[in-house]
Amino acid sequence: MTDWQEHLIIGPIVLPMVIAAAMLLFDERRRLLKGGLSLFAMAAILAMALALLHESATGATGGGDTARVYQLGDWPAPFGIVLVADRLSTLMVALTSVLGACSMIFALARWDRAGPRFHALFLLLVMGVNGAFLTGDLFNLFVFFEIMLAASYGLALHGSGEARIRAGLAYIAVNLTASMLFLIGVSLIYGVTGTLNMADLAVRIPQIAEADRGLFHVGAAILGVAFLTKCAMWPLGFWLTTTYSAASAPAAAVFAILSKVGAYVIIRLSFLLFGPDGGASAGFGQLWILLGGLATIGFGTAGLIAARDLSIAAAYAVIVSSGTVLAAVGTGNADVLGGAVFYLVGSTLACGALFMLAEVLNRGQDPGARSGRAVFEDEYFDPFDDEERNEPGLVIPAAVAALGGAFLIATLMVAGLPPLAGFIGKLAMMEASARFGGWAGYAIVVALSLASLGALIGLTRLGVAALWARDDDAEPAVVVGAAEGVAIAGLLAACIFLAIFGEAGFAYADHTADWLVRPDAYIRAVLGGGS
Amino acid sequence: MTQIVLALAIGVLTASGVWLMLRPRTFQVIIGLSLVSYAVNLFIFSMGRLRSGAAAFTSKGAEDPALYADPTPQALVLTAIVISFALTALFLVVLLASRGETGSDHVDGQETPE
Repeated sequence: MTDWQEHLIIGPIVLPMVIAAAMLLFDERRRLLKGGLSLFAMAAILAMALALLHESATGATGGGDTARVYQLGDWPAPFGIVLVADRLSTLMVALTSVLGACSMIFALARWDRAGPRFHALFLLLVMGVNGAFLTGDLFNLFVFFEIMLAASYGLALHGSGEARIRAGLAYIAVNLTASMLFLIGVSLIYGVTGTLNMADLAVRIPQIAEADRGLFHVGAAILGVAFLTKCAMWPLGFWLTTTYSAASAPAAAVFAILSKVGAYVIIRLSFLLFGPDGGASAGFGQLWILLGGLATIGFGTAGLIAARDLSIAAAYAVIVSSGTVLAAVGTGNADVLGGAVFYLVGSTLACGALFMLAEVLNRGQDPGARSGRAVFEDEYFDPFDDEERNEPGLVIPAAVAALGGAFLIATLMVAGLPPLAGFIGKLAMMEASARFGGWAGYAIVVALSLASLGALIGLTRLGVAALWARDDDAEPAVVVGAAEGVAIAGLLAACIFLAIFGEAGFAYADHTADWLVRPDAYIRAVLGGGS
Repeated sequence: MTQIVLALAIGVLTASGVWLMLRPRTFQVIIGLSLVSYAVNLFIFSMGRLRSGAAAFTSKGAEDPALYADPTPQALVLTAIVISFALTALFLVVLLASRGETGSDHVDGQETPE
């Protein structure tokens, strides 16, 4: 292994940070330069993420699983800070870079002009998300979480306007409170076990004295509440729909990955710390995650059917997707988890595409026409009234037909219907849950079926209203900029790609689940000292 | 004695902070969040066990860890203070923007009718 390859793992964190910092030096009016730099950064991150993904997919030289460990400052693992790239984290980093690159391209058409410092905030968000996926200890997880959240506060308010500020206020208050819970949980765990490294923690859990175990469980539960708030588990997720539907479209699209960061940490910690090797702590909290996941699916589906606006429906689709993953984690079963990992990738991409489609289809409409709530009130102010700056560049012809096709694909993905990848993941989860049996297995099968039905009803209704029943005299014609078209096409192409190469993709997800339920290999890789 | 005082301080700060966070005015919410973050900082610090008169770093010739206070929570507190300080400042800006845009300092952006 050559030298630069060893440092590949830290690239998705350092590169966006450096470029975001450099971008602050340039004048806000040099949009071409900033756009070019961000595109370059996202392309480079995508390339690095795919290289890491390729490595964890092909495995070590012996064909087995591999986890690449990077020790910062070369301090050995339990004492120093480590970054770990295993199957799950490289998959999530790759997902982030695909979604991030497409959102960035979408923003280039017009949204990056709606407020200052869009590109720097966007790259910092990507940095925080990548860091949260790659870090191997709890406190750096907190630091990357905060970087990601601080950038997301800025992006949620991007474009300004009363609706965004109101939603942003609640969003920031909820997330600051969740961060406090995160800190309390982390420090309780440190107080009991004396370590923050996740692998070291997994080793020490079975040895915790019985008198201290209760305190440890309290810490873990408080920590869990912080992540469950982030991934919007019912009843902790009421902030999500107002924030995501009020945010500008490219920000909302990339926010689809933020709730998956919460889901990722829940997957990682449940299987690493509370797996079968966890001694007296094995299976801690599993039932709550299962029940919470099922309730979240129900809440999200009901919201999706009730939504009168496409961006609100997309936000509920994010909630349903989180709930599905949580319910699968709650079973603790490798086969169910494999389906959930595959589903997570496809549904995140589709939710991102839905946010973009919602903005394109509802653009320029009277915000009160369809929903009781003004979503894009400020469209009539700064960037959009000004005709000269409002040029979306090259315009795609026959936009409505193309958007109709795109909407169809996104709906099929979210609802999980054949022939697309959403179906493969859902079917795998249902089949494994039915084999898993018990009331939990059947409850998951029922919840997933109802969620598909609900998503189909809700999204079809909104699609008919937005595409077929369009009142051409009253509503402005749909205009799609080339960059916006490319972004939506990119996300949906990734979804179709997942379906075409479904076998390889599903095998990867299945292996990932197997890797997660046997955490000893992960622990050995981290504590064994380097790759 | 120190332990009781510290525990009481954390408890009082948290209780007042939570009470203020549940109030309807944005300024009360931000003060509440600040109080809770102070309580959390003290709490993290106390998780390294209370030691008085012990240094957090070793000196040559006396490397016995029992002689020293745990430096990790101190480092954690430092990071947590910086982050919560920055985010409080950011929240203040949003609070002012909200006040300017909606003309109300209610968390919902509008007064509830009496």
